[in-house]
Amino acid sequence: MESTAHGLSLTPLARTRAARVNVGDRIFRVVLRLAAGALLLLVVALAAEMLRTAVPAIQRFGWRFLVTSVWDPVAEQFGALPFVYGTLVSSFLAMLIAVPLGIGAAVYLAELAPPWLRPPVAFLVELVAAVPSVVYGLWGIFVLAPLLRTWVQPALGSTLGFLPLFQGPPYGVGMLAAGIILAIMVVPFITAVSREVLLAVPNSQREAALALGATRWETTRLAVLSYGRSGLIGAGLLGLGRALGETMAVTMVIGNRPEIALSLFAPGYTMASVIANEFTEATSDLYLAALIEVGLLLFVVTIAVNGLARLLVWSIGGAVKVARE
Amino acid sequence: MTARGRRVVNHVMGGLTALAAGLAILPLVLIFAFLLFQGASAVNVEFFTHLPKPVGEEGGGMANAIVGSLILVGLAAGLGLPLGILGGVYLAESRDRRLPWIVRFLADVLSGVPSIVIGIFAYALVVLPMRRFSALAGAVALAVIMLPIVVRTSEELVRLVPSSLREAALALGIPEWKVVLRVVLPTARAGIITGVMVAIARVAGETAPLLFTAFGNRFWHQGLDQPIAALPLQIFAYAIAPYDDWHRQAWAGALVLIGMVFVVSLAARVATRGRFSGVR
Amino acid sequence: MRTWFTALTLLVTAATAAPASAQTLINGAGATFPYPIYSKWFDAYTKVDPEVRFNYQSIGSGGGIKQVTSRTVDFGATDGPMSDEQMKGAPAELVHIPTVLGAVVATYNLPGNPRLQFSSNVLADIFLGKITKWNDARLTALNPGVTLPNQPIAVVHRSDGSGTTYIWVDYLATVSPEWQQKVGKGTSVNWPVGLGGKGNEGVAGQVKNTPGALGYVELAYAVKNKLPVGLVKNAAGKFIEPTIESTTAAAAGAAKGMPDDFRVSLTDAPGEAAYPIASFTWLLVYKEQPDQLKGRAIVNFLWWMSHDGQKYAADLLYAPLPAPVVKQIEARIKQINYQGKPLLAAR
Repeated sequence: MESTAHGLSLTPLARTRAARVNVGDRIFRVVLRLAAGALLLLVVALAAEMLRTAVPAIQRFGWRFLVTSVWDPVAEQFGALPFVYGTLVSSFLAMLIAVPLGIGAAVYLAELAPPWLRPPVAFLVELVAAVPSVVYGLWGIFVLAPLLRTWVQPALGSTLGFLPLFQGPPYGVGMLAAGIILAIMVVPFITAVSREVLLAVPNSQREAALALGATRWETTRLAVLSYGRSGLIGAGLLGLGRALGETMAVTMVIGNRPEIALSLFAPGYTMASVIANEFTEATSDLYLAALIEVGLLLFVVTIAVNGLARLLVWSIGGAVKVARE
Repeated sequence: MTARGRRVVNHVMGGLTALAAGLAILPLVLIFAFLLFQGASAVNVEFFTHLPKPVGEEGGGMANAIVGSLILVGLAAGLGLPLGILGGVYLAESRDRRLPWIVRFLADVLSGVPSIVIGIFAYALVVLPMRRFSALAGAVALAVIMLPIVVRTSEELVRLVPSSLREAALALGIPEWKVVLRVVLPTARAGIITGVMVAIARVAGETAPLLFTAFGNRFWHQGLDQPIAALPLQIFAYAIAPYDDWHRQAWAGALVLIGMVFVVSLAARVATRGRFSGVR
Repeated sequence: MRTWFTALTLLVTAATAAPASAQTLINGAGATFPYPIYSKWFDAYTKVDPEVRFNYQSIGSGGGIKQVTSRTVDFGATDGPMSDEQMKGAPAELVHIPTVLGAVVATYNLPGNPRLQFSSNVLADIFLGKITKWNDARLTALNPGVTLPNQPIAVVHRSDGSGTTYIWVDYLATVSPEWQQKVGKGTSVNWPVGLGGKGNEGVAGQVKNTPGALGYVELAYAVKNKLPVGLVKNAAGKFIEPTIESTTAAAAGAAKGMPDDFRVSLTDAPGEAAYPIASFTWLLVYKEQPDQLKGRAIVNFLWWMSHDGQKYAADLLYAPLPAPVVKQIEARIKQINYQGKPLLAAR
């Protein structure tokens, strides 16, 4: 059969069939491109719409929005610094706990665990990620916060109370609770991605180390971890990206106070929480614009963090999947 | 370091990392235990069939919230799946040069956007023009959240279909678009369904974007253009209230929600277990 | 492809199919202050008129004002009356209809649930952050029979836009010039100290869970949760317990001079037996209703609410509307119209 692309001496019937086939293919390609275009349009529309509705606040406050601490809907003075602070501190605290745990768990699953144990443990870690945020919040209010209030915070306060980090009345809810809940929620993501990164490290690296007489741990440390280092950093960043945007669980345990306080016992507020709490009641256009500007800020920060994270993870090798989140 | 010392370090690190894995799983056990302990008593027939009672009256259930969640997720899937699967097929099959890269990048960008920001988007796109909160707005928000997951999974799965199948079909003279629709997609179908289930499990538990789109409803839904109840919303409202009866119902609701999510996740897992070589 | 399409069609049909008895759904949002009685009313009204369902979401007074102004709900509810600016910002004229009277109370979490007495200045200073411990000299002076612990006061306020907040800060601004100057009043203010809880429910929950906490909630929320309630010194110098009687006493004076639009403040009301932190709570409806069916349902409900509905108030610890106010409300309801024609059938 002659190739239709060259159109060489085709019978009329074949020519018609070829034309029909080409049309079919062309339509198909157009449909697919439209779908791709729609996806593109969606993201662009998201960013554009947020920018447009945030304009009144951007015009009114400019750069000061990022560095002022006053959030006063009555006087229509809006400064997002307390929320930025709250988001950063709670996420940082979460990273402090989650990165060692997450990478440690990943190392166990990828390198050190007995093979029969790996699938069930990996499955359970994935299930932790499947628990909805509101359920974590529920558990946070009724289990974690009382625990912190009754045991942990008084203990920390009496032993390390000279540090400004551990001063103030033990509410139970507050920055510490938010950081811990975020850590719990973020660990499975760090574990999952780190595990993929570690599995993507070529076996030749491991074999070389083992051939030199290294123990399993030494192999991991020398051959795998150092090779996958940038990918692991990427995994940590992905966890950070998640933590920055987490809304419900944090809203339920952070105490909802737009103030910058040094103590971890103090209540705080994050960018995502203020939007969740105040969006339906922003009574003036400026108030709404200010909240959306906070959302825009969050949008930009999470994109930057996630973008950087993916670059680092991809640098380990194309086989690494980040799809499942 | 001595050989002995190195062996000790090896064991210690093995233990520490095992501990890390255990700590990562511990919250799951704790939460599940608490849900069962606190909520199991409130999960009864009334819970599944009754509407919420007014403040102060005992009893009532979350029937409308459970149905509402099912409707929202179903509608979101209806909106998001076609676009997502087509997008994934595009990324896998297209021979364009730059557009696929841009689309892939943007899909990744979208997957990192906090769900509350997507809720703002749905508010501006659907609630404001329609002048009311609606199930449709909620579904749109959830669909946008589902999209990146479906797109990426579809792309992966389509790529994994062996080229030998493609080549055989093409060699028989089947036009390319038919090859994709009739050969490639059916082969990848199970994996795509898995991806879809993962996406569904993810959005079933979303609360933040529904706060100002679906809004919540104490009664049965009255149509897609009206506010609708949803399980996560109801749990949130009951959790922050001071009534003990509502707290127990919140635990029960959480138990039902987590049950639904886990069942779907489990089913997705089982579907891929060893079914397709090369398909993870 | 086909199965997906059929599934979607089935789903959409199922979802859009209204239940057999086609009901009108009327959506409202706003104050958490009257939520216990509103939820009771809307539930009871389904038996009075089975054709109508009122779906009320308690998102706070600020939310109620916002949503009714942007017309995303059919009616709003607030315990802080709309300001002139807010009313100008609405697309059409909004009518305030008082529904019940409630009291905002100081509730706290101390061992043994003692009966505490507060004066206006002490409350203001606690919320300003000037009094930080329970055993502060001024608190012990007010409560000679009680041993107050040496514990920090964990102040709890609202994190959302709230009419309850409005009533509370209206009171504080009236009695404390420092509060008026530093913080002012509104449905959402810049709190000097304290933790934020969402809704009356959130504050009550927070106080219940936190030893040493002090917050403000509507009376029903404190009693339902078995939280202690403080007595407050009123303008006449007496320590008054918030009850239905003392709330009604606070309204007695206002009933005589009630303005046409019903926007009135009852805080620090004169009278020996008046509780100083009481207030009306209002429903917000458009004078010109855009939909005839819904409009008729709304005015019928408003009529029922101001007459038969009032009998539910006392059980839930709200004070019913004084009789002269009900007469004024009747006149107002008759003004609500659809395209010029009053919606209320002749009664």
